[in-house]
Amino acid sequence: MYTEFKIEKTQGFTLNYFEQDHALSLLSGDEAVAMAAFDAGVTLGTGYPGTPSTEILEAFETLGGRAQWSPNEKVALEVAIGVAFAGRRAIVTMKHVGLNVASDPLFTVAYARLDGALVVVSADDPGMASSQNEQDNRRYALAAGVPMLEPSDSQEAYEFTLRAIEISERWHTPILLRMTTRVCHSKTVVRRGTVTVPPSGPAHFEHDLPSRAMIPAYARPAHVRLRKALAEMAAWNDQAGPNQLIAGSSSLGIITSGIAYQHVREVAPEASVLKLGMTYPLPVERMRAFAASVARCMVVEEGDPYLVEGARAAGIAVEGKPEMYRFGELNTVRVRRILAGDTSPETKRVPGKAPSFCPGCPHRSSYTALKNLNCIVPGDIGCYALGALPPFEAMDAMICMGAAIGMGLGLRYSLPPEEAKRVVSVIGDSTFVHSGITGLIEMIYNPPETGHVVLILDNGITAMTGMQEHPGTGRNLSHARTGKVVFEDLARSLGIRNVHVIDPTLNLDKFQELIQSCLDKPELSVVIARRDCLLATRAIREYERCNEKQQTD
Amino acid sequence: MRSSKPTNVVIAGLGGQGVLKASDILADVVFGAGLNVKKSELHGMSQRGGSVSSDVRFGETIFSPMVPEGEADFLVVLAEDQVPVNAAALAPGGVLIEPSQIDESSLSTKKSINVALLGVLSRHLQFPVEAWIAALKSNLAEKLHEANLRAFYLGRDSGQTSGQAK
Repeated sequence: MYTEFKIEKTQGFTLNYFEQDHALSLLSGDEAVAMAAFDAGVTLGTGYPGTPSTEILEAFETLGGRAQWSPNEKVALEVAIGVAFAGRRAIVTMKHVGLNVASDPLFTVAYARLDGALVVVSADDPGMASSQNEQDNRRYALAAGVPMLEPSDSQEAYEFTLRAIEISERWHTPILLRMTTRVCHSKTVVRRGTVTVPPSGPAHFEHDLPSRAMIPAYARPAHVRLRKALAEMAAWNDQAGPNQLIAGSSSLGIITSGIAYQHVREVAPEASVLKLGMTYPLPVERMRAFAASVARCMVVEEGDPYLVEGARAAGIAVEGKPEMYRFGELNTVRVRRILAGDTSPETKRVPGKAPSFCPGCPHRSSYTALKNLNCIVPGDIGCYALGALPPFEAMDAMICMGAAIGMGLGLRYSLPPEEAKRVVSVIGDSTFVHSGITGLIEMIYNPPETGHVVLILDNGITAMTGMQEHPGTGRNLSHARTGKVVFEDLARSLGIRNVHVIDPTLNLDKFQELIQSCLDKPELSVVIARRDCLLATRAIREYERCNEKQQTD
Repeated sequence: MRSSKPTNVVIAGLGGQGVLKASDILADVVFGAGLNVKKSELHGMSQRGGSVSSDVRFGETIFSPMVPEGEADFLVVLAEDQVPVNAAALAPGGVLIEPSQIDESSLSTKKSINVALLGVLSRHLQFPVEAWIAALKSNLAEKLHEANLRAFYLGRDSGQTSGQAK
């Protein structure tokens, strides 16, 4: 079969083939966003690690950009807003559920007038490869009134990031760059320099309270301005937006966006396709004309029926996908079925091996103890969520970042004392910094009668997403030494008397006894089970060695 | 087959076996040869021992980055027990490459099984051996080069006869 290849291509092969064409590289969508941010002179990238968005800031830093992990997405967005208020360009990255955390600033910064650029990257995870839900964040663009671009491969991830900066600066608005797992993590060929933006203006600040200080008196006219700007953007999107018409048969037309476009082109090469790159505000007139030009107009989109609803609200008759395809990722097989209207049961994949704790993972000891003690365990987001799977099945609830503590308190307030005394909130180190600290404050402010136990599984790194630093490690994104949140000091400063630091792997009996003694007391306890993630130990040692050396030099 | 139809390779195994590394190496070989290539996988849980697979597609025109089920021309599986999990990926007449096709006891470290099976795959693809060596070196730390080059040649040489068509 390979003989069908144009072998002359490989005959001319030299190891330096692409050294002659520096513009080409094979990049993930995340890397392409980073390259565009770098090429556009973005002065600061902020974010919180979250699959599949994590690599954007890491790649941006590797390229030479300034990138910072924030304690959580809300803070990351707020910092980025400040950068844009100073007239510079900012990018802020997060996974889809991170935008829930950052939604508070998002909805109001939409009213504000930015001087620089603000690109908010939301990396959605249809199919939940590594997430707790599959929310479709295109809904956020609509709800907040923030324009949105949706790339379908790495080339577009590169180009749309640059276009996003243009749009952001033209309308002085934040803009969403909505990616999905397959766009973030697939590698495709990228030609650099296909789109350029003028250099960013100098950093400056002029007082302009009505544009930035969203008290009601200023926010009311700001909302009116926002709707007016969105109407302008919609008209522009109809005329000149990054949308693409692929002319084909007049019997079938398909409106699509993002990764679904790639599946559509493969499965229905004969169809006419309207590929939407800017999916908020929608290019409604373009969609209307397209639908009128074909006998049958279908919308093929991953996730929620967002485009379908947008089209129908504008009075455009389109066919959507059957409800069963709302769930999970699309692929070519499923798109073929959608086009055929096939709703017969799908063939189930042979189940693969489920992930589990690494051999020697410190979380194993922690869950062994919790299971032995028959604890009720509201848990949290991270590697330790694997404690919900066999053989432990010792994590009883998981909802969102930081929820372990609040849920534990609610259980304590509600359950009869004998059961309440078995509740332990389990939370990881990075997650604790992200959203657990406010839970701890709730605990001292409204202490349950039976007391409470918070177990912080401190493995010294954000392990789940691939070993990112956080404020509890005392090292920044570049692994250089910086300010450090010391969990035990923080807990003591809140007046919690029972604060223990223990390595759970050294002596399981001792660890278990400690948890038991905390459960027995009607007091508040914080137990920090501290042992570095096995996969990170060597790297952490190396970072510390380098930092030590720099300090002594 | 029309040359516009992409070649589809699926590499599968367990987290920690180097599935993603193997697909990175393959993608670099293809890209270096001036062909269009797309590579796709799901990671996140990949280091925690669960099933992992990665798709590499190359040719002139490629749209979806995912190999459609039943259309893999080559299925490279790094762990025998993952063959049934991934068998549905293989096209009729496609080639399955699995650990039993090489003499695993000759590997200096079990960790280089990914590269050894790439060696087997390399016999089926028309890329110059220098391209494979270059991609191996650029994807692996220098101290791993020697063991992995040996693993690659172990696979490449045993690949002369094996590679069952299913």
